[in-house]
Amino acid sequence: MTDATAPKSLLAQDVRTRRRNAAEARFQAYGIVAISISLGMLAIMLWTIFSDGVSAFRQTTFSFPVTLEAERLDPKGNRIRDEMAKVTTIGYTNLLNASFKAHLEARGIPFEGVDDKALAAFISRDTPARVRDMVLADPAMIGQTVTVTGFTTGRIDGYFKGRVTRETAAVDTNISAAQLDLADRLVDAGIMRTGFNWQFFTNPDASDQRPEASGLGVAIIGSAYMMILVALFVLPVGVAASIYLEEFAPKNRWTDLIEVNISNLAAVPSIVFGILGLAVFINFAAFPQSSPLVGALVLTLMTLPTIIIATRAAIRAVPPSIRDAALGVGASKMQMVFHHVLPLAAPGILTGTILGLASALGETAPLLLIGMVAFVANYPAGPFEGGFLDPASALPVQVYSWASRADPAFIERSSGAIIVLLAFLLVMNILAIVLRRRFERRW
Amino acid sequence: MNDMRLTERAVNAERTKIAARGVQVHYGQTHALKDVDVDILDHTVTAFIGPSGCGKSTFLRCLNRMNDTISVCRVTGDIRLDGEDIYDRRIDPVQLRAKVGMVFQKPNPFPKSIYDNVAYGPRIHGLARNKAELDEIVETSLRRAALWNEVKDRLAAPGTGLSGGQQQRLCIARAVATSPEVLLMDEPCSALDPIATAQVEELIDELRANFSVVIVTHSMQQAARVSQRTAFFHLGHLVEYGDTTQIFTKPSDPRTESYITGRIG
Repeated sequence: MTDATAPKSLLAQDVRTRRRNAAEARFQAYGIVAISISLGMLAIMLWTIFSDGVSAFRQTTFSFPVTLEAERLDPKGNRIRDEMAKVTTIGYTNLLNASFKAHLEARGIPFEGVDDKALAAFISRDTPARVRDMVLADPAMIGQTVTVTGFTTGRIDGYFKGRVTRETAAVDTNISAAQLDLADRLVDAGIMRTGFNWQFFTNPDASDQRPEASGLGVAIIGSAYMMILVALFVLPVGVAASIYLEEFAPKNRWTDLIEVNISNLAAVPSIVFGILGLAVFINFAAFPQSSPLVGALVLTLMTLPTIIIATRAAIRAVPPSIRDAALGVGASKMQMVFHHVLPLAAPGILTGTILGLASALGETAPLLLIGMVAFVANYPAGPFEGGFLDPASALPVQVYSWASRADPAFIERSSGAIIVLLAFLLVMNILAIVLRRRFERRW
Repeated sequence: MNDMRLTERAVNAERTKIAARGVQVHYGQTHALKDVDVDILDHTVTAFIGPSGCGKSTFLRCLNRMNDTISVCRVTGDIRLDGEDIYDRRIDPVQLRAKVGMVFQKPNPFPKSIYDNVAYGPRIHGLARNKAELDEIVETSLRRAALWNEVKDRLAAPGTGLSGGQQQRLCIARAVATSPEVLLMDEPCSALDPIATAQVEELIDELRANFSVVIVTHSMQQAARVSQRTAFFHLGHLVEYGDTTQIFTKPSDPRTESYITGRIG
């Protein structure tokens, strides 16, 4: 045997194999690069949101004793609620400012360089209003000395979060270095402290003058109401439509047309649904603006195609042999669907529904058009007391509206709201995954 | 199980159960079944043999109107069960399928318990007045399917957890539970190993005592083993129909002979 006819060794790769292996290695590299880029973007996005937003969950509060003086708060001295209500929040503001100053003097905390106006700037405008509500609710408190706890204003709060520094204070007419010195002394004296901000989750939105008091309460309730209604509307309609199309409808040109249009509907920009909702539900049906009901109806229309597509896929994934088996023992088509197909498709349907709801939860554009971007300072009523018709906000809309406010304190709140929204979405997606894992392929 | 040999079982098999005349089936443009005339006898195992795509399964599915579920399928001709035209407008396929049960090629138990698999048919047809009656139906059906002894202690276990052969017998029990008069079997052993096949074949012969059994099979040995009558289909035509012994020993049509000797198919 000569060298020319010797069998090729498997240990040496020929040119063709090398080229094929190189192509495969290149392809894998592209994939890894693509995934790295997306992961990098995600990391940057999350880092931005969290670095901006985490501070929204902490807030600086003060507490000091206030004597609720009768001559200031109830000049007539008769403890009648309507008479007392003539003292406005300005009266309470003056009382709080005076008490604050008196407390500093009593504790011997120096406040040179901080005049009365600058001293008043420590106390959020939210506090007098809350003290007033408290006193009007219980006039017997007048004359007592109570400890008032409230938020400090956004700039002082920002100092403890690093948003306001002595450099920025030098160019900011709203805050002075003397105020910051005093703030440090107040913290040392235990009058001011920074802690977890529960009220971020419970308070309603607040006006531009008091960003520190604003919270997500109304937005969370509004979003929850909408999700409840969307789930109630979308599940029966979507499942019924899918079952009919998948199991009962004849396959002809009309059902093909419907099928194509459902897919098209899923691709319609969401703002178009907002315009539809504005025209149909508010202008024509005269439902109240900004209400969770209208929001839910619009989001239902928007989510329906997605749910129908997911449900049909889940129904189609049920093996035909199960249908044969049911029909073979003499089940009617309806019995076949409800006894066998639907239970097997349920995990898929639920997963699709939850993912549809999650996308509805994050939807902003259509809600802007039906007035949910309005400033809503009052909580909607309970769900059985007409709360679905009361004005409410929604989480993504709250993000949008805070992001467009001027005060820098709203920026951290905007990011904080995004974190809350992401947490809700994460919970819903995890739920979907758990359901899918739990009930996957039982046949 | 008893040790009786298949051929020793004497069953009265005279009456015609299903009479098909001039049956044509179209799938859209395809003419799948051409002018089939068959008389299926009571208490008899009738085997349909033929190469793939010859229309034997199609014809089987005509007998309990399972073809209704295929929208492009069109059946013409006359199929009578005990003299009643099953394609009559007044016939509800649901009632028909309770009378004409079916076992499919692949074991397809419901993803439910063994008990619920068998009890499903009687439940939807209201065959049992109470739990005790239902229990009895389930037990008799499982006994008839020669499965009772293997599963009687785990009726609540999922039917899908059984072995392939057990699953197929469970499907037979499920079909038997609605007390059908005819049992259609579409290649019931093609997904089973030889041992499970032997069990099911023995079972088929036992079922003959109570039902008229029609079986579609690819295996000519199986047809020869279990059936009394055999029909040979080829390219949508019913070529030959007669006693199994006659078909396998003295086929009158040359195509039948070619097929059973392995020259076409």
